[in-house]
Amino acid sequence: MKALLIDFGSTYTKVSLFSLDPPGFIGASRAPTTVESGLEEGLEAALDSFSAEQLKGVVFKRACSSAAGGLRIVAVGLVPELTVKAAREAALGAGARILAAYAYTLNRDEIAEIEALQPDLLLLAGGTDGGDRKVILENAARISEAGLPVPVVVAGNKSASDDAVSILKGKVPRLVVTANVMPEVNRLQVEPCREAIRELYLSEITRAKGLDKVQQRVGLVMPTPLAVMKAGELCWKSLAEDVVIVDLGGATTDVHSYGDGSPRGGGRVVKGPPEPLIKRSVEGDLGMRVSLQSLLEVISPVELSKSLSFAVEPGELIAYAQKAAACRGFLPRGERERAFDGAIAAAAIREALRRHAGSLTETYTPEGRLWVQRGKDLTGTAVFIATGGALAYSEEPGSVIRAGLLVNDPLALTPRSPRLFLDRFYILAASGLIAESRPEAALVILKQSLLPLGGITD
Amino acid sequence: MLRNNKVVLGVIGADVHAVGNKILEMSLCEAGFEVINLGVMVSQEEFINAAVESAAGAIWVSSLYGHGEIDCRGLREKCREAGIGDILLYAGGNLVVGKRTFAEVENLYKEMGYDRVYPPGTLPEEAIAHLKEDLAI
Ligand code: B12
Repeated sequence: MKALLIDFGSTYTKVSLFSLDPPGFIGASRAPTTVESGLEEGLEAALDSFSAEQLKGVVFKRACSSAAGGLRIVAVGLVPELTVKAAREAALGAGARILAAYAYTLNRDEIAEIEALQPDLLLLAGGTDGGDRKVILENAARISEAGLPVPVVVAGNKSASDDAVSILKGKVPRLVVTANVMPEVNRLQVEPCREAIRELYLSEITRAKGLDKVQQRVGLVMPTPLAVMKAGELCWKSLAEDVVIVDLGGATTDVHSYGDGSPRGGGRVVKGPPEPLIKRSVEGDLGMRVSLQSLLEVISPVELSKSLSFAVEPGELIAYAQKAAACRGFLPRGERERAFDGAIAAAAIREALRRHAGSLTETYTPEGRLWVQRGKDLTGTAVFIATGGALAYSEEPGSVIRAGLLVNDPLALTPRSPRLFLDRFYILAASGLIAESRPEAALVILKQSLLPLGGITD
Repeated sequence: MLRNNKVVLGVIGADVHAVGNKILEMSLCEAGFEVINLGVMVSQEEFINAAVESAAGAIWVSSLYGHGEIDCRGLREKCREAGIGDILLYAGGNLVVGKRTFAEVENLYKEMGYDRVYPPGTLPEEAIAHLKEDLAI
């Protein structure tokens, strides 16, 4: 019995072949993604590198996709730090890309903006249960008046959801009501919303994106980031230790953290909005290829050059970034380019972790200094998993990852001394696709792929 | 505004006195109120955000450490800006500092827009009775 798992990426379509009994990794291949032809051509090309013999006995096919922009969501809530933030967390946790997020009552310009963004889905939140109903109903009315051609998930004040449904019914292509993303101030409840988004993804969004043929053929079941998240969840639950995953892609860098992130040091007050147990963040300006130029705006070439063991002019790094961003499937050539690639990967990991993790700030009270923690404390992370093409094909993944974990800001609560692992076969997403239906097999295969790279100081 | 039985509770500013806050939460819950307790070190913005999202009927502000006047000033104005200008604002704790009398302090806080002001050692029950009266429940 074998499983064929497909990840339609924005650049490559990656196919992994697993044996299910006994569980084991058989092989993987990839070919450029073909969005125009509904993804099938690229899939065929990737399948070509397997022999007929190898493909014999495939009983199970599943696919995930981040092609054609992935799952693109607009989130609407009431207060930025509360229900807007909760809606964002729910959408990110469903593997989505957030195109924009809006607070308070939408105005005409914002409605026009949403229309222009053409999201795959609009998530409408606002109000705690029994709390404010005015704003979510006003927003429902404006969405309905505009007749936005977008499926809507309503996940706000439960006491307003029936009225929101009456307002929106028949005015938007699909309407799903689910539990409030923030039933009480500062309490997140993102799971039901994540499920509702996933259901819509299956039933509506793949069709709207013209992916229904591929859907029927290989079972396109979730956005790729969600598959990665499921693989990480499996590791986390089986290890019973806190896990952090960094997925270094061409266009974005995703970070997933598993654990409550409660303070690891005494004398701290935790402030700010609550954080989900399973948290995902997406950095659209940090990527190894398409987003390389924006990365250089965040981390200057001068700063990057400091982490290289040889002298380099900023101009050379900029030229390299242009080259790497321009051609699809670019791979660094020679010692010098590989060093650039490594330094950039490390910088992206470091910056993405810094943004994902919580931070400490000191405040002075009449009593003296006090530490305030905002966000998750990840300093106690036990297991750090790195994935992504740039690392899987790197010659020295260990040193790149270690450089990415160097702490240059002691107040950023990033992982300090985890055990390091590389997803060497690049199959985190593939194993996430069978994590729910065949968790034991998924775990065995994950362990085959996760190459231990030792600790921080090794 | 839709008044409901929700109360936003917290200790304002850089104040970390946590015990009274817990007692107030318990007393309010027992009296049938739904409490949104923001704990200690709560900024004005946090009080307002919580009240907007939950459409609470009242905000109860505690200040124990002697800097209440600075911390509490401007909350009413910000509530007006946020569209909840008519929410009930109560303040209590150790609001009297220095040689002022409680009556002076009470006047000061009322001028700042607080509906009710309590001296140290106030029992929660007393203020809860006022709250029921003010919310007409
Ligand atoms: C324990 C304590 C601390 C502990 C707090 C531990 C903790 N995490 O809770 C620590 C050691 C950290 C501390 C620190 C400080 N403290 Co201190 N502390 C106390 C002490 C001894 C008890 C407070 C307490 O828990 N009381 C019991 C609870 C149940 O009562 P309560 O807090 O007053 O609350 C009740 C009522 O006031 C009322 N209430 C309160 N808020 C509101 C709001 C509304 C709307 C209503 C209706 C009612 C209401 O209902 C509550 C429940 O019954 C008091 C002295 C005292 N005996 O009160 C000093 C005291 C409050 N502290 C004081 C001071 C000055 C400080 C410090 C600035 C420095 C110092 N010298 O210690 C720092 C400030 C730190 C900071 N950033 O906040 C002063 C405040 C003086 C003032 N305001 O004029 C006091 C009064 C001591 C004193 N006499 O000097 N403190």
